[in-house]
Amino acid sequence: MKTKLFGPTTIAALATLGLGSLPAMAQSPIKIGFVSTFSGPQAAIGEDMRRSVELAKEHLGSKMGGKPFEIIYEDDTFKPDVGKARSEKLVLQDKVDFIGGYIWSNVLLASLKTVTDEGNTILVSANAGPSQIAGELCNKNFFSTSWQNDQTPMAMGEYLNTKGVKSLYLVGPNYAAGKDMLAGVKRTYKGTIVNEDFTKWPDQIDFSAELAKIAAAKPDGIFIFYPGAHGVQFVKQWAQAGLNKTVPLYQVFSIDAITLPQQGDLALGTLGAQEWVNDLPNEQNKRYVADFKKKHNVYPSYYGAQSYDAIMLMASAADALKGDLSDKNKVRAELKKANFKSLRGDFKYNTNQFPIQNFYIQEAVKDAGGMMTVKTIATAVKDAKDPYYEKCPMK
Amino acid sequence: MDYLLIQMLNGVQLGLLMFLLAAGLTLTFGIMDLVNLAHGSLYMMGAYLAWTLIGVTDSFFLGALLALPATFLLGVAVEAVVMRRLYARDHLDQVLATFGLILFFNELVRAVWGPAGKSIAVPAFLAHTVEILPGVLYPAYRFAIIVVGALVALLLAWLVARTRLGMLIRAGASNRRMIAALGVNIELLFSLVFGLGAVFAGLAGLMAAPISSVKIGMGDDILILAFVIIVIGGIGSIKGAFVAAMVVGQIDIVGRAFLPDFLKTFMSSAAASSAAPAISQVLVYVLMAGVLVWRPTGLFGQRN
Repeated sequence: MKTKLFGPTTIAALATLGLGSLPAMAQSPIKIGFVSTFSGPQAAIGEDMRRSVELAKEHLGSKMGGKPFEIIYEDDTFKPDVGKARSEKLVLQDKVDFIGGYIWSNVLLASLKTVTDEGNTILVSANAGPSQIAGELCNKNFFSTSWQNDQTPMAMGEYLNTKGVKSLYLVGPNYAAGKDMLAGVKRTYKGTIVNEDFTKWPDQIDFSAELAKIAAAKPDGIFIFYPGAHGVQFVKQWAQAGLNKTVPLYQVFSIDAITLPQQGDLALGTLGAQEWVNDLPNEQNKRYVADFKKKHNVYPSYYGAQSYDAIMLMASAADALKGDLSDKNKVRAELKKANFKSLRGDFKYNTNQFPIQNFYIQEAVKDAGGMMTVKTIATAVKDAKDPYYEKCPMK
Repeated sequence: MDYLLIQMLNGVQLGLLMFLLAAGLTLTFGIMDLVNLAHGSLYMMGAYLAWTLIGVTDSFFLGALLALPATFLLGVAVEAVVMRRLYARDHLDQVLATFGLILFFNELVRAVWGPAGKSIAVPAFLAHTVEILPGVLYPAYRFAIIVVGALVALLLAWLVARTRLGMLIRAGASNRRMIAALGVNIELLFSLVFGLGAVFAGLAGLMAAPISSVKIGMGDDILILAFVIIVIGGIGSIKGAFVAAMVVGQIDIVGRAFLPDFLKTFMSSAAASSAAPAISQVLVYVLMAGVLVWRPTGLFGQRN
């Protein structure tokens, strides 16, 4: 006699199994959506973030608050409209508990309302920090494990004052973050701003016209903000134009673990500001960097470190609430404590839910193995708050 | 003055790259009456093939040199497999089919080279600056682009004006049916012309690679500008493509180098920086519209 695969008994058995697993249904995994760029010229950044998220998952033993969790990655393809659509899908279709990620300020701004307001879902930005969200658009469902855009360049500006750099030429891309970054350095830098140029974003990668203007203006330094592939291009062209011998380059987010393999020796000795550096001497950071390097044979970047922190922040709330994320008020209250071991060292949340944190000056160097990396050379500012939090109605 | 000179050279360099792309486009459009939207894909393939061959040979020069026959063969193959079926169809069918080719090539590149994009380093022997005038420094690589672009333009001028192939090309541009009736092997001619266009596009792509980056869809943005150039210059005219590319190159550089500083005198720098490229882009189209009103077949186009 043949056994029917889907005979009545099997169905009955399946049904009881299903019923029997009802309590386990409450144990359904915590879902985390992660939006980043996984294709196109900036895919290397998304890959670095994904690797760090996976490492965080491994360090957590794939559990938060006693429950298993799964991560659903979505590719924003570096476009605001696509990012918004993917975020919408995560909220409406996957019904995720948290959304993390977001490299680009314009993608985050396009997606914010869909997630935080229409979807009432908590969003943890692992990179982008547009001024709008720190100020008037601040949102109870928005948390940052990175910084507000102005802050890193503000730290750089402070350092340039102490270093005695007398005049500066500013160049950056013409979009939300570019404007914040250039505004940021102008907030603190006391020397002369020779000129500022905004270039077309993201399609302009030829900086010959700007570099010719810089050569003619002869400033004491150039300040740039060109993340990822654009940073590679700017540094290369700066060197090709011979300006690396005459005008030093100061940067934020343009020379990092992602771009250094391609920038190579050209970047050697350049200075930048950052809230996290791979050599910060705390235990969790040592473990993260060592495990990351062992797995991938490259250094992690701040994009990765901030993504790792984003997952750890979510885990801290899930742990405190024993995996029950149904009451959003409780989840938000737990997140606000920032009760986790951040890779940058402990930090507190400001009223607008951006971190109050230190910023460091880093130099591009070669490590013992000859690999390009960055190392901390100074602390630029301590316990810095962003300049917009007073505009945020949340107290 | 030095500054002006450098910016003009930047414009010439951009113009020559655009010319290389437009030359192939104007030939296929003018002689074969083929609207080839996939010309930008050949530009991209040139860059990707060069990236691979430079990796294999470990030499920029050798890799770039080998990439040229490779793009030629690719061009001939595309012509034989796809384009040949399109000559008799109307322009709309050609647009549809060649748009399909764009999608095909973009996916092909994604499958073969991955989504992340590649970068080609400037060759060591050109990674410095040259003193073009006392005290005026210019990146050697960009200077090399100008030299190569100018040489290719001269070569093309010689080819079109002085050789038998050039004679056939010119004849084909003015009256296709007549040269077919005179017993010229039109299939072979079309195949050669398309392959030649592919080589120029590939050369432009691989030369642009070190100063931009090798990525999926890199030819799509620049293709629109190339079409504008051939319309301004006159479809089928190499001379027209050259003149128009030079003019467009200068307009672009004015928009990026001088216009922002002028606009900053009365608006915020962020606003000026967004307005300037938009204005220079509009200027290119205004130029095209003006040329079309004045000479509907373009500056050097065949008047019927």
